[in-house]
Amino acid sequence: MSTAPFSRNGTPPETFVLNLGPQHPATHGVLRVKLTMDGEYVMRAEPVCGYVHRMHEKMGENRTWAQFLPNTSRIDYLSAMNYTHAFVGAVERGAGIAVPPRAEYLRVITSELNRISSHLVWFGAFLLDLGGFTPLLYAFDDREQILDLLEGVCGARLTYCYYRFGGLCNDVDDNFIEGTRAFVRRMQPRFKLYHQLVTENIILRKRLEGVGPITAEQCRKYGASGPVCRGSGIPYDLRRAEPYSIYPELDFDIPVFSEGDCLARYLVRMEEMRQSLRLIEQALNRLPDGPVVAEKVPRTIKMAPGDYCFAVEAARGRFAVRVVSDGTDTPYRVKLRTPSFSNLSLFEETSAGMMLPDALALMGSLDLVIPDIDR
Amino acid sequence: MNADLAALAERCAVLFPEGVQLIDYAKRGFHLDLKVDPSQVVEAARLFEGEGFAIDTLTGVDWIKEEQFEVVYDYYHPRHAWRVAVRTRIPRDNPTLPTISPVFPGANWHEREARDFFGIHFAGHPNMEPLLLPEDADYHPLRKDFAA
Repeated sequence: MSTAPFSRNGTPPETFVLNLGPQHPATHGVLRVKLTMDGEYVMRAEPVCGYVHRMHEKMGENRTWAQFLPNTSRIDYLSAMNYTHAFVGAVERGAGIAVPPRAEYLRVITSELNRISSHLVWFGAFLLDLGGFTPLLYAFDDREQILDLLEGVCGARLTYCYYRFGGLCNDVDDNFIEGTRAFVRRMQPRFKLYHQLVTENIILRKRLEGVGPITAEQCRKYGASGPVCRGSGIPYDLRRAEPYSIYPELDFDIPVFSEGDCLARYLVRMEEMRQSLRLIEQALNRLPDGPVVAEKVPRTIKMAPGDYCFAVEAARGRFAVRVVSDGTDTPYRVKLRTPSFSNLSLFEETSAGMMLPDALALMGSLDLVIPDIDR
Repeated sequence: MNADLAALAERCAVLFPEGVQLIDYAKRGFHLDLKVDPSQVVEAARLFEGEGFAIDTLTGVDWIKEEQFEVVYDYYHPRHAWRVAVRTRIPRDNPTLPTISPVFPGANWHEREARDFFGIHFAGHPNMEPLLLPEDADYHPLRKDFAA
């Protein structure tokens, strides 16, 4: 436990317990943090999870492979495309189903659109945490375009279930292609605006620069991934590390900042959105014709006994699915390894000794989605 | 990279002579599979910590017919992109394992989750309180004999 600076000259710290949440705007959902405070300094921050626990993993054991698929879009509700990708990927791997190229391209396009929309929510909400209201309105205006596009292809605005075993449930139409191209054109100059409006703002800089440092070693020992580890100098991105879909064929950079502070994580996500636009543009230009679902997908999925893993780079980091099959039509075990869970687990260690408003900046920079922690 | 992976498998085989197996990543989604004795999980964690691995997750599987829990520790290497699964089996009527949280502090929460879902006790764990289930929960929902 660390002590506040003013407690060091012989006076014993006067501590009190402060409850943050479970209903608090800064926790973005139902997360409770039990804070032991010395004045305005956090001595210990103990997250109390489980308020939105739904036992998805048990649900996986009492329904068929296909029936569980919609569950996976309700874990991290901001990156449903990525999450369904991991589950269909695990099943396709286990059952040996090959996916047609057009479907893989469309998966990348929709996954990257989803990543941008997720980062835009983070951008708006994070600045809201820091006391700036306006950027949220800009971010949600952009995000609305993505939600409309994705609603057009799969009917849902948030909890997408667009991917199916062996491909997709629908092909896209010209409206989607044109709309996505228009969105890419619209979005490119927006980053200049965001940087002028927000990144270069002196107040933001003072709130984020040097605040909440996380070391690469901490990321490794806690399994923190995604923008959190890339903001601490680890160039770990599943799209390159464990390449899946058609990412190996596409050209993109992995933004890495080594400072490890809140600003580094901020900059990683801002740059990632630009890289996602690059990916979308390339995938649109190369989009092949053909079917969007494999020809021979059995109605009842059965796979050889054993366990199969599939990991994707979701907006918050490494989302991995481990399915254990006993050869029947229902999973024997579905393990969901979610990035928010691991990213939050290092909060207790890294927030000790921080001032409360800085600890909230740190929490915001982790980009937590609470149902993703609680599952 | 494959030569390095084979070298890693050899280093593992020195410590764990039985049950080191290279896996076809394309078919299964991980590279290396280790079967270890329950008493060796901390040693395995130390080995992979020293090799620069990060903790991915750990979880149980209830093999009720064999009256055993399988516990799988997943590690990934942030630079080499390897994935390793370390497996061990413990009896269902006395599910106890040593904690690996001093080696990987991130395991703290994963072990608490395994306690919630399976009732596995991790000896030496600093805080075996429920994490995701209510504080008064006296059930373990991922046991196969727990009816949903």
